[in-house]
Amino acid sequence: MKLKEAAKKEERLTGGHRLCSGCGAGTVARLVMRASDNPAVVGCATGCLEVSTTIYPYTAWEDSFIHNAFENVGATISGVESAYRSLKKQGKMDEDFDFIAIGGDGGTYDIGFQSLSGAMERGHDMVYLCYDNGAYMNTGIQRSSATPKGANTTTSPAGEVIPGKQQYRKELTDIMAAHNIPYVAQASPFKPQDLMKKAKKAFEVDGPAFINVLAPCPRGWRSKAEEGIELTKIAADTCFWPLYEIEDGEWKLNYKPKNKKSITEWLEPQGRFKHLFQEENEALVEEIQEHVDQRWNTILNRCGEL
Amino acid sequence: MSNQVALTGNEVMAQAMRQINPDVVAAYPITPQTAMVQVFSQFVADGNVDTEYVTVESEHSAMSATVGASAAGSRAMTATAANGLALMWEILYIASGTRLPIVMPVVNRALSGPINIHCDHSDAMGARDAGWIQFFAENAQEAYDNAIQAVRISEHEDVRLPSMVNLDGFIISHAVENLEILADDEVEEFVGEYHADNYLLNSESPIAVGPLDLQDFYFEHKMQQSVAVENVKDVVLKVAEEYKGISGREYGLFEEYKLDDAEIAVVALGSTTGTAKAAVDNLREQGVKAGLLKIRLYRPFPAQEIADALKDLKAVAILDRAETFSTTGGPVFADVKAALYDIKADVEATNYIYGLGGRDIKVGEIESVFTDLQQVVETGNVEQTINYLGVRE
Amino acid sequence: MVKPGDGYKDIPKGGLILEVGNAKSYKTGGWRTERPILDKEECINCHLCWAFCPDSSVLSEDGDVKAEIDYDHCKGCGICAYECPVNAIEMEKE
Repeated sequence: MKLKEAAKKEERLTGGHRLCSGCGAGTVARLVMRASDNPAVVGCATGCLEVSTTIYPYTAWEDSFIHNAFENVGATISGVESAYRSLKKQGKMDEDFDFIAIGGDGGTYDIGFQSLSGAMERGHDMVYLCYDNGAYMNTGIQRSSATPKGANTTTSPAGEVIPGKQQYRKELTDIMAAHNIPYVAQASPFKPQDLMKKAKKAFEVDGPAFINVLAPCPRGWRSKAEEGIELTKIAADTCFWPLYEIEDGEWKLNYKPKNKKSITEWLEPQGRFKHLFQEENEALVEEIQEHVDQRWNTILNRCGEL
Repeated sequence: MSNQVALTGNEVMAQAMRQINPDVVAAYPITPQTAMVQVFSQFVADGNVDTEYVTVESEHSAMSATVGASAAGSRAMTATAANGLALMWEILYIASGTRLPIVMPVVNRALSGPINIHCDHSDAMGARDAGWIQFFAENAQEAYDNAIQAVRISEHEDVRLPSMVNLDGFIISHAVENLEILADDEVEEFVGEYHADNYLLNSESPIAVGPLDLQDFYFEHKMQQSVAVENVKDVVLKVAEEYKGISGREYGLFEEYKLDDAEIAVVALGSTTGTAKAAVDNLREQGVKAGLLKIRLYRPFPAQEIADALKDLKAVAILDRAETFSTTGGPVFADVKAALYDIKADVEATNYIYGLGGRDIKVGEIESVFTDLQQVVETGNVEQTINYLGVRE
Repeated sequence: MVKPGDGYKDIPKGGLILEVGNAKSYKTGGWRTERPILDKEECINCHLCWAFCPDSSVLSEDGDVKAEIDYDHCKGCGICAYECPVNAIEMEKE
């Protein structure tokens, strides 16, 4: 759908929420909700998007919304969707609804992982959207299992002997694909049409769908607010955050950079990686580059591009 | 038309759930509740209920999904025990704070550790301040009756709070009893259709549930909960009156057994009250004026009413099947003692912690408690306020 | 709508919010240190600024983004100006 056409639909997330200036979560949530053609029930795990959009007595959502706790948005929306199926089956309601659970990487990769896995395995007709900004940003930039290797966070600080986070990111999108659900995708806000298209597919499939979206966080990434979207483009061009989808088990690449960029182009503009550019960490940057290359090859392979 | 049946506690609770026919049940199996959800799953598989049964991957998700289903506007139930209830803990407060009328049977079992699967009340007692209504039952008949009534009580417009319907693990859940269940249509009519005031699946009037509620309104929302629990006692009595009309069985906030003219009594809840009745009967035969107060509604605690019922005794022993590790006795003891203090009652009160991890309690042991009480009355002296009954040194 | 200072008897039970989208009445425009100025002559109506805005503050009417910027809610992040392919948006100090 063309952007100007998409813009003709009603806004589902209003202004007046209190996300930080330049926060990617707002952009991602808005675009994804544009793809829904029905009234929706939106669930949010505790996190930036939740605390900023529903501060009593205000809500920035035009749809019904539920926040339960940090680790249970998958189960919570399972319950809502089950109520819908039950009431429909009994003829107590006939309207169509969409169901979407939204979590940050903390609420999705870490504490909400079991709840998410259970919801996907049970086959609820719901979308799970993860806005991945690579740390627990809401509580002050603590590392999560989505934090990139080498990143300086408040619980994986770069110190005299340890240069930031020691582990690579968990590949959650792969794990969700292994649930054999009808639709899994990785997306990025610098491609808004691709993101909306994926969200539309996710809403339309019969059964669970999972979308993992890179969301810039100027506070946590130590980057400029205005450069957030550009950074997500660099993430795709360096193959740090490839865009692909898995439809009924078929892997498909959605974006192939014309000239694959060096990982340093992703690392350099972000203050969280600043220490990696000290001489003693040269080898670490090389190691990160190798890891990205390997991962990119795996994805190309799975997508039949090699 | 009531039916005479011989069923275990778990089976009759599954029957209650079938008759209530909730829109959604999200539950996870745990000993000693397992048979309840197994039997109920069969009802789902056989199309005997309209329920969507959510086979969640943990009790945390059971309570989370039940909260979602209830907020969506449906009638939702779950069931658990012990560690499962502990895993739900965080969400128990969210269910009550969001004013969702969920009904949940809890098959009481000891909390780990070390791990133990048998009856005590450490699970439910730990959750006593979670804002849930808590009923306790002497036997499977009462557990069944409590479950049916709890739906009406929880959903009452003056209440809108979740209920925990407790039954003792194994002792009630696994023993076969002769009991009466109501006809399906009687239960259907009694519980009626559930209509939430505001709910998620309403595109005409969408809502937001569970916002960030800060210093400016959180306290007001808690105050609303305090008002709602104040309303519970009246609603429990009104619903009991109506239930008597269809079942012939009478319920109050508690039961007074030979308490009218009693000089000494025990206070207890759960299956032990059946054993205590036998002890009271034996003592009465010996001419001892013994009595029992059996608590049915534990949360909210009917303090005034219980204190009034106990005030003319000379001494009372409170039996607790849970330890608080506070050095001040069990939870029921603390509540009863505070209630007696409030009305300035001149009654000696002692505490007996018993039956932890399913340790059996016998009639003779309860008789020994009465013997202790007689001694207190005779000497006017309490030698030991907090006692541990049936533990080896 | 619940008002500051309302008592427990006046507000919906359980923390429910009964009026969706009411955050619109909460103004975040005051957070801004720089304001985006859209040059309607230069604008090619590509809608990228509309899509990227985290605050739903680039307004589009009937497919035309040349309408207005919602200064009540725009926080001045500058993404719109940075991403504009024809430099039709400038950030000006407040």
